[in-house]
Amino acid sequence: MLKLENVSKIYRIGAFGNRELRAVSNVSFEVAPGEVISLIGESGSGKSTIGKMILRLISISGGKITLDGVDISQHRGQALKEYYRLVQGVFQDPFSSYNPIFKADRVFEIVRQEFYPQVSAADWYPRVINALEAVGLNPEHVLNKFPHQLSGGQLQRFLIARALLLDIKFLVADEIISMLDASTRIDVLNLLASLKSRGLSILFITHDLSLAHYISERAIILYRGFMVEMGATGRIFDHPLHPYTRMLMASVPRLDQKWQEVEIDAVANLPGNGRGCAYYDRCPVASHQCTQSPPPLVEAEPGHFVACFNYSSQSG
Amino acid sequence: MSLQVENLRVYYQTLRGDVKALDGATFSLKNGEIMGLAGESGCGKSTLGNSFVRLAPPMRFVEGKVTLDGQELPIWDQDKMMPHRFRDISIVPQYAMNAMNPTRKIGLMVSELLKTRQVNYAEMLPELHRRLDLVGLPHDVLGMYPIELSGGMKQRMVMVISTLLNPSLLIADEITSALDVSTQKAVSEMLVEFRDQGFVKSMMVITHDISILYQIADTIMVMYAGKLAEKAPTETIIHAPRHPYTKLLISSLPKVGVTYTQKKLTGIPGNPPLLLTPPTGCRFRERCPVAYEKCLEEPPFVAIGKNHSIACWREAAPHA
Repeated sequence: MLKLENVSKIYRIGAFGNRELRAVSNVSFEVAPGEVISLIGESGSGKSTIGKMILRLISISGGKITLDGVDISQHRGQALKEYYRLVQGVFQDPFSSYNPIFKADRVFEIVRQEFYPQVSAADWYPRVINALEAVGLNPEHVLNKFPHQLSGGQLQRFLIARALLLDIKFLVADEIISMLDASTRIDVLNLLASLKSRGLSILFITHDLSLAHYISERAIILYRGFMVEMGATGRIFDHPLHPYTRMLMASVPRLDQKWQEVEIDAVANLPGNGRGCAYYDRCPVASHQCTQSPPPLVEAEPGHFVACFNYSSQSG
Repeated sequence: MSLQVENLRVYYQTLRGDVKALDGATFSLKNGEIMGLAGESGCGKSTLGNSFVRLAPPMRFVEGKVTLDGQELPIWDQDKMMPHRFRDISIVPQYAMNAMNPTRKIGLMVSELLKTRQVNYAEMLPELHRRLDLVGLPHDVLGMYPIELSGGMKQRMVMVISTLLNPSLLIADEITSALDVSTQKAVSEMLVEFRDQGFVKSMMVITHDISILYQIADTIMVMYAGKLAEKAPTETIIHAPRHPYTKLLISSLPKVGVTYTQKKLTGIPGNPPLLLTPPTGCRFRERCPVAYEKCLEEPPFVAIGKNHSIACWREAAPHA
């Protein structure tokens, strides 16, 4: 359905824009209808940049994003609006997603004015009620309130309800639960899971591996803009291949076991020359080959891809 | 006992009345104990931590007694607290990344800081270098400005500065929440190392992330809506909690390896009460699945086993 092909994002930095920063490098993946795919990475890995490119909030420097075969970067005017009927995003901070001067349910009215001007306010109201009930909110408790009168979890579900009013096919969920409390975040996660069963595809962007594992079938691990590993979530967790993923899995604080005594993050190598593998300077198993060119993403086992020369040599 | 707190109440003054953010906390810390303080946002955990260091308006001291190493701390008097800060009690603040003066090189800032405590920077320098080595920072950082350091490096630098005079109690307030997982682990393990090396006697680690506490804390204290709910050794809190809130909180955490298809987790319905006008009796009553008439009275925080205290009528008196 939604497909990314060799997508890159290059920012020009420096006083005259004469240096470049590759925020995302040659990322390719496809999301099937009704699939939840997690994009996992630490800060600076480019995970939010990918989400923003899909939402057309920033331009694409290279490659192509297509929805059902149509290149989204070409959309203008009405076509772009139609695109937003299908693809919507929800972001990390629910409090800054609202204008504090207006009541929070104004977001629903804006959707009506922009996308359904032919629907009268009286006909619109039952749809709002339906959407609110779909996200597990009691309309009586949450309508006609200002943003500061609602909790973070309620505001976040409001935004999901807003997206549902549009009958979307694809949701970009960028760290949507990292600002919520433990007792409410699981409700929002379960909500996403139930939306999935209605055929909605979700790109779940997170840094929290246990949340990603709870919700998604497939996961993509990003490091400094490169895809380092992609595969079934359970497989990546139980059997991580890339040295970075292995380090990540060893560092996750878990409730069922204590941290193992492993030497991590010791600066093993000199900084790479910028041409080779992005993980070179922290990698414990790096070799000379890793400085020459970025390792390609190869299928190490069925459905499990990894970008590391240690595996590409085995599979030929 | 290195720290003893008795019936501490700290309110926030607002135009609409007092917000009862910390309403009667009684607990103690043993020598060498790392206590994790967990709870949802707004439960008073940061208020508890901050009140030991700087209890300034709008915070208002209502009552309570804090004893550190047998000496009572005048936490209500900011001037009298001055000699205790940094020497006896120290904090690594929530936003440690922005805690350093951006206009000073780090070495100069540390020397100015030490001067306020009548300590000679040059004499302290060998020890400072030793501790920088311990946390894996190069000695050159002392000649750098804070902006030249990454987030994790700044966090480690602030930890070194905060513990330089070997305070008896260190308060670490959400120090890992803004860090990447790999840095998170390194910083957390550093806290344990500081305790093991004897730089600090005891520690209060405030965080909402219970899985971090499971890795490093000896005991965990859970707070709810300004009250203590449960305090017990880490293993007990994680594997055999007694307070209904702790039980629900622990069971709502997704564990690595759990998917929603295998095991659907549930949250806790409802919201915490407003602390401006908290309900009488147990504050968790509204959301508690096992609440009964007795819960209209306030439950005392009582010991129900070795090192295990809870504030719950039903669990404390199961046959009542």
